[in-house]
Amino acid sequence: MSGEGQAGTVVAGLFETENAETARGSRAPLPRPRRWSPSSWILPAYAILAFIFLLIPIAYTFIFSFNDSLKSNISWRGFTFDKWLNVCAVQNGAVCEAFANSIVIGVVATVVATILGTMIAIAIVRYRFRARSGISLLLFLPMATPEVVLGAGLAAQFLAFGVPKDMLTIILAHTMFCISFVVVTVKARVASLDPALEEAGRDLYGSPTQVFLRVTFPLLLPGIIAAALLSFALSFDDFIITNFNSGSVMTFPKYIYISASRGIPAEANVIASAVFLFAIALVLVAQISQAARRRKLAKQG
Amino acid sequence: MAFAAFSSTSVVAEPAPRKKSRIALFLLLPGILYLVLFFLTPLVSLVLTSLQAPREFGDIGQYDYAFNWQNYVQVVDAYWPHILRSFGYALAATVFALAFSYPLAYFIGVKARRWPLLQSLMLVLVIAPFFISFLLRTLAWKQLLSDESFVITSLKALSLMAPDAHFTGTPAAVIFGLTYNFIPFMTLPLFTTLERLDTRYLEAGSDLYASPFQVFRKVTIPLSMPGIVAGTLLTFIPAAGDYVNASRDFLGGADTQMIGNVIEANFLVLQNYPAAAALSIILMAVILVIVGVYVKRSGTEELL
Repeated sequence: MSGEGQAGTVVAGLFETENAETARGSRAPLPRPRRWSPSSWILPAYAILAFIFLLIPIAYTFIFSFNDSLKSNISWRGFTFDKWLNVCAVQNGAVCEAFANSIVIGVVATVVATILGTMIAIAIVRYRFRARSGISLLLFLPMATPEVVLGAGLAAQFLAFGVPKDMLTIILAHTMFCISFVVVTVKARVASLDPALEEAGRDLYGSPTQVFLRVTFPLLLPGIIAAALLSFALSFDDFIITNFNSGSVMTFPKYIYISASRGIPAEANVIASAVFLFAIALVLVAQISQAARRRKLAKQG
Repeated sequence: MAFAAFSSTSVVAEPAPRKKSRIALFLLLPGILYLVLFFLTPLVSLVLTSLQAPREFGDIGQYDYAFNWQNYVQVVDAYWPHILRSFGYALAATVFALAFSYPLAYFIGVKARRWPLLQSLMLVLVIAPFFISFLLRTLAWKQLLSDESFVITSLKALSLMAPDAHFTGTPAAVIFGLTYNFIPFMTLPLFTTLERLDTRYLEAGSDLYASPFQVFRKVTIPLSMPGIVAGTLLTFIPAAGDYVNASRDFLGGADTQMIGNVIEANFLVLQNYPAAAALSIILMAVILVIVGVYVKRSGTEELL
């Protein structure tokens, strides 16, 4: 679905440190400025309210990470930094163990999916081959299938072959649904690559390997990094597919799902808030450095 | 849709056919093989599992391959309310998410065009919910809208809600949760089409004496159709299969269970794998039919 592709590209564009413009397409002309009228405030006011609405649960989660709660974290009992300082202290570190598992799974699935997806993206943009539409369909379907079907399907497969569910089955599952998103994200980057640059490399007697390593790969790198971050985010927050393929292994989302009935410890809020702050900082740095770069280029040229 | 993006590519390099196709094969083979092994064959496994019959004198959870199509009749018979409910909730959530996102995406994509940094920052805010756990977000709403919460007690004090009424555990709460959780999936594709909207068309419309509403209906909406189609599908498909929002520990109650909850319960708790598999196949088949009809109707086949 190009929608998914588009959404993926936008998310990826936010992570890219340069040239998100090419990924998002050329800019449309600016609207003609209008005279001020009372109705011109409606949209901005609506947007502010909409953003507040979107951020409410995030603020709630963040605030309750400072709650001096006992077992469950439902009513406010006073402010404390304790939960941030002793994240792993609760339940013999069960939260931290789940978090560590999620990181390991996310990293491995991301590395594998990014390699496989990048290879496919290069092949799709650069080469003609048979069964092209079949391959496109195969890449599109995982994004259009409800997660519960993907999860149940893999679980049925593992059951049929007697594969025990553990960390490996989760990684296999996550890699599967990340590949298509990597392809969509990297493909935009490959398509925007100027072939003249590689040609120049060949003209200067670079071997195909040298041209790839010194020209193609560095140019693709921002797209690849964006795809990797997107995959990691997808893997890290996945619950539905994980739930079907994890056996007794705990991941961070699964820990929250299982604890939901008896109350989530505030430590889970701490971890989620820390991850949130880290991700937002990453995106903001990328955005601001991109804006600075744009300004510099505008000044020079 | 995505595969438009996949198939419409400009092939830049001149062909040196044999060597090139070997490189293409080397690049494609590992990834495609992976998807065949872990996406395609599981779907086949799912179909086979959905036709299994219980093993004679076997334990719970033991099944043999058969052609027991009766499974489908049984699950539809037992769970048709869940199936209908899933699509009803998903449809409602999609409509609400579209109504919420369109003005927002229009503001970011069209009105904020002259301030690229502001535009980027607003996009970060739209996807910010992605960076905090989906489950914690939903639980936050559960607490914020529980019977003792400020919102609900105020509504009751203002007599806008019956004193003995609840919000969590009702269909409205599940639809609310689905809407909230999938709003970024609606806003982003809408933004990507509205960002490219050429506002000179809108000016042309009003120069031809169309009212602002007519311009919106006859120019803006048709031009943003690709985004509307992509966004609604991106919201509808995951919403129809979701089981977190409807789960009793989250926003749902006893009579809000969706098809995903039934699949989860049958697969992971009751070990009734054939029933879970049959329901999954039904879910996927209905979604593919809806997607096909919808894309055809909205005249956006070229997206496919």
